[in-house]
Amino acid sequence: MTKHLSPTLTAQASAQATERPFTERHIGTDAAAQATMLARLGYDSVNALVAAAVPASIHVDAFRSESDTLLPPAASEREALAELRALAGRNTVQRSMIGLGYYDTITPAVIKRNVLENPSWYTAYTPYQPEISQGRLEALINFQTMIADLTGLHTANASMLDESTAVVEGMLLARRGSKSPSHRFLVDADALPQTKALLANRAAALGIELVETDFGTPGADAEPAAAGDADASAGLGDYFGVFVQYPGATGTVWNPAAVIEAAHAQGALAVVAADLLALTLIMSPGELGADVAVGTSQRFGVPMGFGGPHAGYLAVRKGLERQMPGRLVGVSVDAAGHPAYRLSLQVREQHIRRDKATSNICTAQVLLAVMAGMYAVYHGPDGLRQIARGVHENAGRLVAALRAADVTVLNDTFFDTVRVSMPSRAAEIVARASGAGVNLYQVDCDTIGISVDETTTRSDLAAVLGAFGGTDAFGHVDLEASVTGLPEELARTTTYLEHPVFNTHRSETSMMRYLKRLADYDYALDRGMIPLGSCTMKLNAATEMEAVSWPEFSGIHPFAPRDDVDGYLELIRQLETWLTDVTGYDSVSLQPNAGSQGELSGLLAIRGYHLANGNAERTICLIPSSAHGTNAASAVLAGMKVVVVACDDLGNVDLDDLRAKIAEHADSLAALMITYPSTHGVYEHEVGTICQAVHAAGGQVYVDGANLNALLGFARYGDFGGDVSHLNLHKTFCIPHGGGGPGVGPVAAKAHLAPFLPGHPLAQDAEHYLRGGATVGAIATGIATGTVGTVVHGGGPVSAAPYGSPGILPISWAYVRMMGAAGLKQATGAAVLAANYVAKGLEGAYPLLYSGENGLVAHECILDLRPLTAATGVTVDDVAKRLVDYGFHAPTMSFPVSGTLMVEPTESEDLGEIDRFIEAMIAIKAEADAVAAGVWPADDNPLHNAPHTAQSVIEGEWEHAYDRATAVYPLRSLIRGKYWPPVRRIDNAFGDRNLVCACPPPEAFAD
Amino acid sequence: MTDQTTLQYTAEHEWVLIEGDTATVGITAYAAEKLGDVVFVELPAVGTGVIAGSIVGEIESTKSVGELFAPVSGTVTATNDGVVDSPELVNSDPFGEGWLIKVTFLELPPLLSHAEYSALTGE
Repeated sequence: MTKHLSPTLTAQASAQATERPFTERHIGTDAAAQATMLARLGYDSVNALVAAAVPASIHVDAFRSESDTLLPPAASEREALAELRALAGRNTVQRSMIGLGYYDTITPAVIKRNVLENPSWYTAYTPYQPEISQGRLEALINFQTMIADLTGLHTANASMLDESTAVVEGMLLARRGSKSPSHRFLVDADALPQTKALLANRAAALGIELVETDFGTPGADAEPAAAGDADASAGLGDYFGVFVQYPGATGTVWNPAAVIEAAHAQGALAVVAADLLALTLIMSPGELGADVAVGTSQRFGVPMGFGGPHAGYLAVRKGLERQMPGRLVGVSVDAAGHPAYRLSLQVREQHIRRDKATSNICTAQVLLAVMAGMYAVYHGPDGLRQIARGVHENAGRLVAALRAADVTVLNDTFFDTVRVSMPSRAAEIVARASGAGVNLYQVDCDTIGISVDETTTRSDLAAVLGAFGGTDAFGHVDLEASVTGLPEELARTTTYLEHPVFNTHRSETSMMRYLKRLADYDYALDRGMIPLGSCTMKLNAATEMEAVSWPEFSGIHPFAPRDDVDGYLELIRQLETWLTDVTGYDSVSLQPNAGSQGELSGLLAIRGYHLANGNAERTICLIPSSAHGTNAASAVLAGMKVVVVACDDLGNVDLDDLRAKIAEHADSLAALMITYPSTHGVYEHEVGTICQAVHAAGGQVYVDGANLNALLGFARYGDFGGDVSHLNLHKTFCIPHGGGGPGVGPVAAKAHLAPFLPGHPLAQDAEHYLRGGATVGAIATGIATGTVGTVVHGGGPVSAAPYGSPGILPISWAYVRMMGAAGLKQATGAAVLAANYVAKGLEGAYPLLYSGENGLVAHECILDLRPLTAATGVTVDDVAKRLVDYGFHAPTMSFPVSGTLMVEPTESEDLGEIDRFIEAMIAIKAEADAVAAGVWPADDNPLHNAPHTAQSVIEGEWEHAYDRATAVYPLRSLIRGKYWPPVRRIDNAFGDRNLVCACPPPEAFAD
Repeated sequence: MTDQTTLQYTAEHEWVLIEGDTATVGITAYAAEKLGDVVFVELPAVGTGVIAGSIVGEIESTKSVGELFAPVSGTVTATNDGVVDSPELVNSDPFGEGWLIKVTFLELPPLLSHAEYSALTGE
């Protein structure tokens, strides 16, 4: 493709020469460091090391020439930003009045700068190590308190992926929590269209029958019953749950209490999707009797981002806490008896409960939940009420002016949204409004939806009125009059957000300091290495993050017209192409907004494929015992039955058992799910044979892409037998973990499965890239694509928005663009080198649990602590918490094997940091040996008492068997840059026995 | 202290004390230790009809969620509110204060003797 360089690229070539290649910024080890590490391992080059570790049979060179790559040569940081600017320029930021669950909002600048754009928040990991995560745990408990208060329910979780998936989870929760044996679920006819589509897709796989029911709100299809009339749900037979949208998609505000009561009367649960801003003015779902409330917190200061990421929410009444999906932050106590936050009820999640889990969802949308919670902290209850009143008043002005212009407004009641009847003229008026810079929602050829939000100005309203011809002869519009649309009987009389945290930080100074204080509690990548195995905590480069907050990417509604999103669609198409190319598949969907949803999408594609081929009986999903628990949980939600395949002592799939299980289920085999490299961090030699055996029996091979960082550039799933995979853009492709979300989990598939990948009824473009052939051509931007083939992704949606969370796709786009094929391969090599170097450096202290060819591991290594525990009594927990005293985040604990630590240094750490980690681990081993030797008592030593807070070593008499300096400065190098944990070791059992998931009163922190 | 040799057992690590037509059910010390700190117990309502082998409750620890199986078919006549309020009783006194439910039954299915159960756990 370099033969046809565009003028821009030629002009930039000189700039590139002076700019250091991005690969040198991203990869922590330089040539000299790598030479040192290779010498330690006895290899001449990184390529020789990886060649010795990766089985030759799957090496990409056996399948295609390196020059066949569709990735453009690496761009410099400046060039990549210039291309992103050009793509941004192809988007059009209109005033969005489309509504449907997405509203423009004002992100307070103090939150944008100090949270969204602050690596202390966005580079943190999921708070599994609570002692070093108190800041974001407090921010999340603020979010939970806000949701519980506004919804009037007892307990809210730490956020869901988006509103529509939260509704699906609400449906599944209702089925678990209901005493009714029914398989029917009633769905409000006035629900959001994307929610209806998601429910249909997910219910079909689980044998749930959806019954769309008109509860009597205007604008719904059927003959309306009286609003709120429970008769609408009577005579429908039995059902286990009912779903109500409040206010409705049409904007109608009605009282669902009777519908909820009717549901309870027959043992069903009521799930209500409620708008948080409206809830500041109208009665809460809890007051109306709802069992579950769901929705989105997007309009609390989180940009629309063409669909995401945003934090959905889910709250339940008392008694249903243990049925909740997702993450839940609770309050417990630390070793000193002080209150401390941590994740509650983790044992109910998929990584423990596997196919019996409450949900397959592993992730929250932490960064976005933090933003939404902070929006409430900054505005407080009065501020939120004022914003809501302003929105409602503007909606009322619009209604009054429309009526004055003899336009028929269909709703009698409304909060911020109305439906307007313009027989046969809807398209014309929507086009006129668009010309005036405002996007409205064309419901059908006769009806228009209009939503007002926090940002709506009088001139926006005037533009809308103008489109309807509601201006006078001089082009003026009367916006003085306003009508109210909220039914009096639903006026909110209960209070909310009374906790001091929501009533303290009104000044920006106070807010800035609160955010700084919380950030300082936490350990993120901006402090040091986070060597979490299977999590790939690599650099999230600042250049990659730049475009996320550009208005051309952040300010776009997910259902904006096709013409407004040309740049986005081009970016998406390029990223789809590149991901297809590096994985050896034929088509990619970027819609799944978490890895778990990518898994589900892939399995649903397999299900769709078998059904289309008349093989409805193929429902068995084989899963190795070593697999991540999410695999099993996802399989169940795709309507499959899990059969476990044994693994041998080395952690590899037991081929004999696999063959036996295939033979046993030959006619009903749907799929095998396998992780590669395995969850044990090893390149399994027999993967080709395994795939062949499954294919020979008519099954499909799902390759879990969680460990792709060990493969990129060296081998491709599609080459060695994979039919479909999900990738974790938040692992391999640099999207930051955000403290536990957002994630993006694209699903990539071979051509035969591509038609079953997730589609979306409101997608701007149904067609997606399909790898078409060998010819490679350059397009205007100089970016190569394959022969342009397309495929319609015809499966049902798995996310509320057509492209999932596009607002953060520029991050992965920039990473691939700046690395190029060669850079991605270098990164893999550096990651594998680092893992093997750590394994080698620690071999004398901690035995390596598994290794593959030539005694090598992939991109991570598992340290077996069980011998240490047996000899010294020192546990995995002790070592993990002691690492905090040494200034490190612990590796992954007890996964995939209990009593072990899994270390993944990634390619981004430099040799100094890696050596510092090795030094700390060896020093900790010496401390454990001292315990075994009786130098320190088993119940009073630096490991058992770790981590040590400043308070614990300063206050009171020091009565321990070791000295203060050993406690907090075990290495002299820690003295200046010490990270001080704010709490001591947290008691998990106490928190799970005494479940408290809202902000504790300030007095609790009196000490 | 309950004499464990007089109890009967199931392969699901439950103990059963038979008194007339009533079976008192709990989990064994072996199971309690494997579960770790018990934090939550969910038991069936009194009056519930249960079938031997079916899941009738949950025992949640800091490590996992275990299921309570009905060892006999019959009707639940009593549940231990004490363990619902203080789940740690399952750890501290599994054969005594940590009992879970009482079930009246018509027919006693085959259960394991103390010796057979000990052989199963290897202890």
